[in-house]
This record gives sequence, structure tokens and C-alpha cells, in this order.
Amino acid sequence: MSDAVVENIKMKVVANQLPEDSEKIHSMAESPLHHVDLASLAKQGLQEGGVHFCEKPLMGLLTLRCHPSAKQKTAIKSLLGVALPMEPLTSATKGDVTVRWISPDEWLITLSGDKAFDLESRFQDKLEGHYSLVNISGGTTVFELSGKDAMNVLKKSTTIDFHSKVFPTDKVVSTLFAKSSAIIRRLDEQRFELVVRRSFSDYIWLWIQDASKEYGLVVDA
Amino acid sequence: MTQQNRLVSGGRIDRSETLTFTYNGKKYQGHKGDTLASAMLANGIDVVARSFKYSRPRGIIASGAEEPNAVLQLGATEATQVPNVRATQQELFDGLVSASTNGWPSVDTDVMSLVGKVGGKMMPPGFYYKTFMFPESLWDTYESMIRKAAGIGRAPKEHDPDTYDAINQHCDVMVVGAGPAGLVAALTAARGGARVIIADEQNEFGGSLLDSSEQLDGKPASEWIRSIVEELSTFDDVLLLPRSTVNGYHDHNFLTIHERCSDHLADIAPVNSVRQRMHRVRAKWVVLATGAHERPLVYANNDVPGCMISGAVSAYINRYGVVPGNELVVMTTNDYGYQAAIDWANAGRTVAAIVDTRTESKGDRAETARQLGLNIITGSAVIDVQGSKRVTGVSIAPLDESGTKVTGSITKLKVDTVATSGGWSPVVHLSCHTGSRPVWDDSVVGFLPGPTIQKQLTAGGINGQYETSVALQEGLDAGLQALTNIGLEAVELVLPRVEQLTMTAPMILFHIPHIKPTSQAPKQFVDYQTDVTAAGIEIACREGFEAIEHVKRYTAMGFGTDQGKLGNINGMAVAAKALNKTIPETGTTVFRPNYTPIAFGAITGRHCGGLFEPERYTAMHKWHVEQGALFEDVGQWKRPWYYPKGNETMQDTLNRECLAVRDSVGILDASTLGKIDIQGKDAREFLGRVYTNAWAKLGVGKCRYGLMAGEDGMIFDDGVTACLAENHFLMTTTTGGAAHVLEWLEIYHQTEWPELEVYFTSVTDHWSTMTISGPNSRKLLEKLTDYDVSKENFAFMDWKAATVAGVPARVFRISFTGELSFEINVQANYGMQVWNAVIEAGKEFNITPYGTETMHVLRAEKGFIIVGQDTDGSVHAYDLGMPWAVSMQKPFSFIGKRGMQREDCVRPDRKQLVGLKTIDPNVVLPEGSQGVFDPKAPIPMPLVGHITSSYWSANLNRSIAMGFVKGGLDKMGEKVFYPLADGRVIEAEICSPVFLDPKGERQHV
Amino acid sequence: MLHIYCPHCAEYREEEEFHAAGQAHIVRPLDPDACTDKEWGEYLFFRKNPRGLHHELWVHSAGCRKFFNMTRDTQTYEIKEIYKIGEKPSVVDSSVPQEIASGAAS
Repeated sequence: MSDAVVENIKMKVVANQLPEDSEKIHSMAESPLHHVDLASLAKQGLQEGGVHFCEKPLMGLLTLRCHPSAKQKTAIKSLLGVALPMEPLTSATKGDVTVRWISPDEWLITLSGDKAFDLESRFQDKLEGHYSLVNISGGTTVFELSGKDAMNVLKKSTTIDFHSKVFPTDKVVSTLFAKSSAIIRRLDEQRFELVVRRSFSDYIWLWIQDASKEYGLVVDA
Repeated sequence: MTQQNRLVSGGRIDRSETLTFTYNGKKYQGHKGDTLASAMLANGIDVVARSFKYSRPRGIIASGAEEPNAVLQLGATEATQVPNVRATQQELFDGLVSASTNGWPSVDTDVMSLVGKVGGKMMPPGFYYKTFMFPESLWDTYESMIRKAAGIGRAPKEHDPDTYDAINQHCDVMVVGAGPAGLVAALTAARGGARVIIADEQNEFGGSLLDSSEQLDGKPASEWIRSIVEELSTFDDVLLLPRSTVNGYHDHNFLTIHERCSDHLADIAPVNSVRQRMHRVRAKWVVLATGAHERPLVYANNDVPGCMISGAVSAYINRYGVVPGNELVVMTTNDYGYQAAIDWANAGRTVAAIVDTRTESKGDRAETARQLGLNIITGSAVIDVQGSKRVTGVSIAPLDESGTKVTGSITKLKVDTVATSGGWSPVVHLSCHTGSRPVWDDSVVGFLPGPTIQKQLTAGGINGQYETSVALQEGLDAGLQALTNIGLEAVELVLPRVEQLTMTAPMILFHIPHIKPTSQAPKQFVDYQTDVTAAGIEIACREGFEAIEHVKRYTAMGFGTDQGKLGNINGMAVAAKALNKTIPETGTTVFRPNYTPIAFGAITGRHCGGLFEPERYTAMHKWHVEQGALFEDVGQWKRPWYYPKGNETMQDTLNRECLAVRDSVGILDASTLGKIDIQGKDAREFLGRVYTNAWAKLGVGKCRYGLMAGEDGMIFDDGVTACLAENHFLMTTTTGGAAHVLEWLEIYHQTEWPELEVYFTSVTDHWSTMTISGPNSRKLLEKLTDYDVSKENFAFMDWKAATVAGVPARVFRISFTGELSFEINVQANYGMQVWNAVIEAGKEFNITPYGTETMHVLRAEKGFIIVGQDTDGSVHAYDLGMPWAVSMQKPFSFIGKRGMQREDCVRPDRKQLVGLKTIDPNVVLPEGSQGVFDPKAPIPMPLVGHITSSYWSANLNRSIAMGFVKGGLDKMGEKVFYPLADGRVIEAEICSPVFLDPKGERQHV
Repeated sequence: MLHIYCPHCAEYREEEEFHAAGQAHIVRPLDPDACTDKEWGEYLFFRKNPRGLHHELWVHSAGCRKFFNMTRDTQTYEIKEIYKIGEKPSVVDSSVPQEIASGAAS
């Protein structure tokens, strides 16, 4: 039986989406901010300022939709290495895998870009019952905002209350960001992660530059 | 110029720093710490405006937000023009350029004043009302006159160089106003551990204490203020916002604060700084400590420059070291009014008299005045003022005990300044913004905040409590209450000692009688900004307007940019007297956001210019830009519209692109199409319910076109859905409809059919989609993949997983052009490189990139609809001539099925989509043209439908069109006429909308 | 601007994150084909417009994308309660007859 036949008899399609030639995985890839050439900006721009920005390009991002049964929870925990965070607006990390609560039946998983297909395949093999796991790596990118004024930039861009009393490290929110949207997670007191959609990433980058101007924006390579 | 009215010492200004400013082209000097108003008064500038209706000279009356007259135009350059700035709230900076806004050639010699009285007669009260009611034809005449006379500033004609900002804030306690009550409330809450924001419109905190010579704990108030502010600054969770006006109090304790970050520094904000910032605050509890505005009394000629409110006189002396005149007369109904005379005398200038409308006062302030030897005239009032550009004297007469009649002979006094106090009006504006109506209180002689559902506390002047000691106590109480309400523990706070002054009760009096009846007396102004007089209000009442809201609309009282802060209560009192009612019987007054005028820039924030609206880009956007594509906005997406070369016209380009696709191969960036991944064992069932056609038998590896309808049966989206695996589908939607379709699927899943096992995930951005279309597209694809893409192995409406240019791809053999087409989907990070590879491989076929416009022409040649262009939410599948896309046999009553069977939806004469060929093949019908069956029918002609799509087809060498025609599907071959606005009537023949390759052979090769 | 508690995210968010989706508890007829034109028209087009208490369907569109119900006073804009799909409101206007359908539907 050929591979294609095996695939077709499965109930869902899981396929590698990266070039088979491992050298091309990175050489052919262009992240959503590729055209900005952040590496050059990092060298030419400000070296000190209240806000730091960088893109974490080409990560693996997967959307998990599920109403997990106890059995599924156990299976998912062994697949991810970490239990699904069931508390609203929380996240859990183990190694390079982070799982963010998005809604009562949705989680966003991030991991290294070249491991996404492997995880999808293992879900396909091991997880029974109703769920969906969708690779959204090409449609999503990750920004990091840090520095003493990073929170001010977020306050200009979203209506979320980021005070550490109500927004501790590892909290996650999906919200509007300027006139686009973002999934925001606190990494530590002054560091925040933004997961944004590819098509909006240029707009959000322009917005962040504008909103950071009064604090000084440093691009980190 | 000398600052003739500046005291040698005293006040909160810095005399060592001299600032130069310009007013109406002339240079003057002031000091750091001045407002523009205090500097103008220091320089003896009397006239700051000409009045709106009568063109009378007007001077500065007040010292804060309530100022109605000194509304100036600021800006040193055209681009930095700012209208509507109250000089009393504008801090002075070096180089400030200001100008009056009404009256030319100048406010001092206003030509309008010559006709002022005529103008006044031409614009009686109710002018607007009557003008709108009566001959409409005269409006143009009136309008030009009003516009010319009524300028309260103008917008800049050039681009504003400044940036404006908005920031969202959250707090436990939002304190509005940093006077004694607000400061104590904020400190109490802060000590209790609350997150606090305290905002005040002035440049420094302290409120009324800044204007007075009062002592706290035996020391100047400024020392107490400094200690409180210093302590507040030590808390991480306290945000201090001076120069910040809380302009709006909205539902659920949402407040908007307008912070002026750099308006006090220069004409333009410093580099990288913002000029103004809007704070959007969500507060758990709000403490309104907004204080009170003093009411002027209404008396004849009370608008002559030199007539002021008494508290403002004290403020200019105590805070700015400016005495705005030489000889003062004070008229008061209460003890507070005495303070202006005391401060004036202490500044070394002449107090001609204190005229108290009461028979006596035994209060401490009156006693102080007596000790200073001031002349106190009781039981009397200033009934008239002499002078035009400055007060030269007043007429004083005794009143009866009720203050309604002049009872004795007139005494004249030579003065240049009149200070009046009619009591205080609590600043209840914010408490009204959410719909709460203020409540009249007889003991306060003013409106107090009404009942509200907001989590709101009040303290100090807003409660009619004007003594500092009481304000401090109320601030403490409010702070403690706020702590309790948010679940924090109470704290200790020792209030400073304040001297308690004894007082004699005020007299309730608003409108000073004249020896003549009001209608014949000299003008007694109620609302300065809109030139409303006591006589005008009486006329309104006589004409039958009995509710205060009607009186306001009839006279325009309170309609100025100051919202009648000084005049509204006096106006209500005049109306009440005229109607023989009490003030609360007359009605209540309501204020709406914003408290003071606000720059459009501050409302817009950063959402302007390039950031006005997000621009969404595909992974290949940069390539399109480099190729010189012009872009079309589709939703927020920027899609290549067409790719002109050299000197091509748009039509040249479209002809080239259209021919290239049908002759060889073209490539389209189709990434913007919405894509939804659908998984679950009930996915197929769900598709059957939301699409009008059947999905039960769609095999794995196959694609199908679907129409999506609302419950009313009307089409709102379409697209191709592929069966990826038995329980796995990929739906595509229109570019603009993607978000709506996803929410549509979710609402049915979450609310109607939660039992169906299915999940939806948007993958629009994840896949880059490039469509290669044309007879050479297979040859091109063969160059890029090892996969067998032959007709036998890869049939029309199949999809295949194949590696294209080294990247795993999903390739769909579907066609929107009617040509052999392949839609290549790759993970978007690889979209650009795969596109490049396709372009490179396509060179031998002269691959031509084409945009949305060519796509539109090509699909129209095939009669394919575009939802949103050929549909408008009022057409169903049968109207579109697409019965093949409806499956009435499906067991579940799918969305739209019942709707499209309603009586109205099955009429035979519904407008139906057909093809239209113009008789003259060279004429292209304008889209939107309305058709008629009989062009000679009398007007109004019965319209039978409009053109939805119309193009020049280079492939057919003629024009083609699609459009709706009543009963059109049964009228093939019949004529429709399109009368155009330019007089032409275009004749067209109804035909099938499939103009090219009706058997579909080209896409099946 | 309303401050709305999302029952799924379990915290308050600003109104701009939400969309109102009309009157709550409008249940799609189980057999639309059996409805008369009048019945279908009432399901499709007719909605209440009360001054006072109103039950509405909202979606946390920029957040968890879940729908939920809200009882709101249309006069004061006070939100009386938030409850999930399938639940019934506990705050009701006793002066008008209730026609809130039972079952799993909204």
C-alpha cells in the first residue's frame, strides 16, 4: 500500500508542510516580517530605549480544538509533555512547548517550527475521540515586546489591564490590538509575547514603532 | 509693554522668567506660571472678543473652564492653528501666538458693531428656530451672515504636525479634581492600597486652594498641597494627571481624560513627544470632587469688559499677582463675595464699595471688610453699568427685601471693575453624562448630582459644600467609603486645621431688577457666549416655551462651547420667574460629554494617516509592489488590481492580461480567500446544513462549489470546499466574507446544533494561494512537480497533495476563469519562494501576472458570479439562475431552504440574473445602470433591474454584461434599454451569462 | 461603553471586544418546512424592543469567540446578569409574559 493510500483512508489529513530538503526549511522560508529586515534595523537603529522589539520567526504553531475527556487529557499530557491548562487565560510550558488557553475548547500550542509535523503525527496516532489539531504556523508569527515601557505600549494598543496583580506571568489573553488582534502572554515583569496573524503583522509592526516613539524603540535581532 | 496690573510680589508665578506672547499681532510679556488670561489682564487688555450676535466688546470674566468670552485662536503657523482655546486654561509659553476670533478688522474697532444693533434686531431670540421653520429659501442669506459673525475659531488648512495618543487605564478609585476634597480622597485611597488615578484640569494640583490666601495648619495652603502631592507620588499604583480634563463619564464607570502633555511648552510638541493624550479609564469607583463654579449676577450691561465674577478676581490676585483694575465695586448675595474686596484692598488698590443685596451680614468676612474700612452698602444692588470697552462706573440702587424691585434712588460710583457673586453652582456635569438628572436643592441654591447607577461618590463643592474644612472631611469620607466598597481596609488620615469662618445665610437672587422692565432695560446678559439676555428668555416664555429644554433650544442658551457653565442656572431662574414657577418646576439641566471642547486629534489618536486602517498583505505583497501593481482594497486586504507595463492604459493592461490567460498562462495571488479547516465526524452533515447544495456524496480528494444563504434564503457567500479526508474539509470563502462566515458557522454550532461533532479553525493566513490559469498551466506545473498532473490522474475538481518547487503543496484543480487552472497552496512562509519558482518556470510560456480586475473580466466571460457584486443580500440561488446549486432533497432543512420558498421568493417576475449583450458591441454599459423595457414610457419609468457587472472583453472583442432583469430568465433574446444620465439610451439583448465556452471544454482539458 | 463579563474567560472586558448578536432565546424551528409563511416570518423578522429588561445574545468576538447571553436594562445600560448558552435567565421582567424556550438551544 502506498503512502498516499494510507493517508486517504485516514479520517483526517496530516501532512508535512515544510520542504523535504532540510536545508530549504530555513533558506526558503520568509517570516511575515521578512521584508522589514529586522537584522539590519537592529544594527542601525537605537541601541537603548524603553521598548525592545523582536520577532520570533518561523515557530511551529498549532490550534487544538477539543472538549477533552479525562482519557483525552491524559493522552494530551503525554503528547505535549505538559497538561492542558484548563483555567481560563492561563498557559503552561515544558521545554520549548507552550500551551495557551484560548477558549474552553481551544488551545494554542507553540513549539519549534521543525517539530510541528511530528507533534501532529503523534496526535494522529495517539489521540482518540473528537478533536481537531490544525497547523497555523504559516499564518501566524510571534513578537516579543520588552523593556520598562513595554507595558505602556500595550496599554496604548489594547484595553487589557496589565497590572501584575491581575495579569501575572504566564497569563494569556486574546484581544484587540489597535485595529487588529493579538494573543498576548506575559513572560515576566517587563516581557510580553504577542502572537499575531501574518497578514496583519506589518500593520502591527508599524503601530508598535509609532506607539513606542516617545520611549525609544530598540530592535533586537 | 509694561505689565501695568502686575503686583510686585505674591502669587504662584515666577517673575524671574519673562515670556513674550503675541495677541492680535502685538507683542506682550508675562511670566512663567501665568495663564494666557492672567497675562492679558496683567497687560491691561480689556477686550478679548466681540459677541456673537450683537458684536459687543467682551472681556475676561472668569479664571477657569467656565470662561465664556476669552475663547481664542492659537497657533504660530497655519498648520498649528488651534481654535476654541479658553485663555483662562492656556498656560503661557514663550512665543505663544493668539488672536481673537470674532470681530474684524479688530475687536477694538469692529465694523460689525456699527450694525450690531441692527443685527440684534435681525436676530431676535428664536432666530434659529424660526429660520428653520420658516422660508427655507432665506436660509442661504441668513447662513452667510451667521457664519461670518459667529466664528469661534477655525480649523487649520494644513496638516497638523503633532501626534496624539490614547492609552487605556484601569484603577480602583478615579478621583476627579485635585482640590482639597479630591486630594484627601486620593491620599486616603492610596494609603489603603488602592490603585488610584487623580486628574485635574489645572497645571498644578490644589484646586480652589491655589486661588485663595487660606491657611492650613497655620501655613500657606501651598505647603499642605506639596506634602500631599509628594506622598501621592511615592505610590507605584497612583497616577497623577495634572493638565488633564476629565471630559466624559460614560457607562459602567468609563471615563475619558484629555491630557495636554505639551500645550504649555510650545506651538509644536517636542520631537518624539505627543501633544495630547486621551486616557480611557475603567474605574471600580469614581470620586467626583469637581468643585463649583461661581455664578455671576444678571444686571444691566453686565457684559462690559471689567465685569467679572468675584472668585476670579481673587484668583488673579492671589495666584497670578494680577489686579485686573484700579477701582472695584463688589456686588454679592453672600459672604464669599466679600473676599474679592478684601483681596483687592490688600493688594493696595481701591475698593469703591461692597454692595450686599442682603440687609446685613454678620459673617467673619464681612467683619474683616469692615476692619479694613471698606464701604459696605447693604440692601442694594448694582443695577446698571456705564462704559463700552471698559467699565467706567456703576449705578447702585436699593432693592426690596425679595430683590425683585428697585425701591430707591440711584447712586453712581466711578469704578473700572465690577465683581459679582450670586453664589455657587456645583459642577455636576460629569454626574449627568450617564443620564442621571441633577436635583435642585433649595439650601444649596443649586443642582446637586442626581441618583445614579454608577459606582460614584462625591465630595466637596459638587455637594454644595464650599468651606475648605468640610471639603477636606468629605474627601476623607469618600476615600474611606471607596476603600470599603472595593474591599480594602480603612486607614488613618489626620486632616489639617482650617480656620472656620462664620457666615450669614445667602440671599436667593439671580436677576437684578432695573428701574425699567426687563424688556426695556439695557441688556442683561445670561449667556454671554450665545448673547442670550434676560429679556430674550422672557420673550421665549411669552411665546409659549415653558419647559427649560424648549427655552434653551429657542434662545440657544447653553449651546455655546462653554455649555452655559455660567449662565444656565441664571437662565432657568429668569424663566422660572417669568413663568411664575420654581426652578425645579421649570425643569432640570443636563450636561453631555465633553466637559470642555477637545481637539479632533486627541479623539483620533494614532488611528490616522498610514495607521488609519490596517492594511493586510499576502506573503507575495512585496513582489507585487516591485512589479508596479496597482492595488485594490478588498476588505482590509491590498490585492493587486492590475499590473500596468510601460505606457499602458488600464484597458490596455486588462486586454493584455485577459488575452495572456486564455492564450498561454497567467498567475493570480489568491491568498486572500478565506479558508476554514473543518474537522469532525459531523463535518459533512454541518456543510449540508449551511450550504444550499448537497455534500453527502463528495468523495475524498474532490472539491465542490457551494452557495451559502441566510435563513431568508438570500445568498451571502460562496466558495469551493474540498474533502481532504472523510472527516476533514477545507472551506474557502470570499475574501471579504471570511470573518463573517466563520462566526456564522460558530453561532449555529454553539447555539443551535451543539450536538454535532465538528470544529472550525481559520487557516486563511496559513496558506499562500497562487492560481495558474490558461492552456499552458499544466505544462508549467509539470516543470515544478514530479507528481502526475495529467488529465487522467488529476481531473477537474480534484485536489492533490503534491510537492511543488520543493515545497509540499495542496493543489486544487478548480477554475474561476473557465481555463485549465491549478490553485497551488503552500505554507505561507514558503509562498514567496514558490511564487518566484513558478514565475521563473513560466517564463517560457510568457507567464503573465494578473490582478483582480482581469479576474473579474475572465469570470464574467464565463458567467460566474461574484458575491457582493452580482448579489446584494436580496437574491437567492434561483434569482441567480443557479438551481443546480440547491438540493431540495437533503433530509435536513438547510439554512435558506424555507426562506427561499416564501411567497415573495417564488414570484415569477422576480429580478433574475442574466447576460446582456449591447446591440452596439463597442459600448460598455456602466455598472449600476437601471434598465427599462420601454424607453418611451412616461417618467417615472418602471425599472426592471440593474447592471451588476460590465466589461470590455478582449477575448470576445466586444462588451459583456450581467445584470438583473424582471423575469429575465424567461426573456432570452428580448431587449432591455438603459437610459443614462448623459441622455444616451443603450439597447441590450438578454442572453445567457456564459459568453465564452458554454460547454466548459476549456477547463476540462 | 459597556464593561462586559465574559463567562468563558471569567473576567471583564471592554465592549469593543464583543459583538451583540440580537435577541436571545430565538430558537430555530425544528421543522422549518412545516412552518407557515407567517410563522417563518415571525421567527425570521420579529424582535422585541423593550424599554427595560432585555435578553440578548452576545459573542466575545475578539476573545474566546464564544456566544453567551446577557440580561440588560436598555434604559440604564445596566447589565443584570450574564449566563451561558442553554441556561435560562434568572432576572426577568415579571410584568411581561415570558416566552423563553427550554432545551439546549439558546
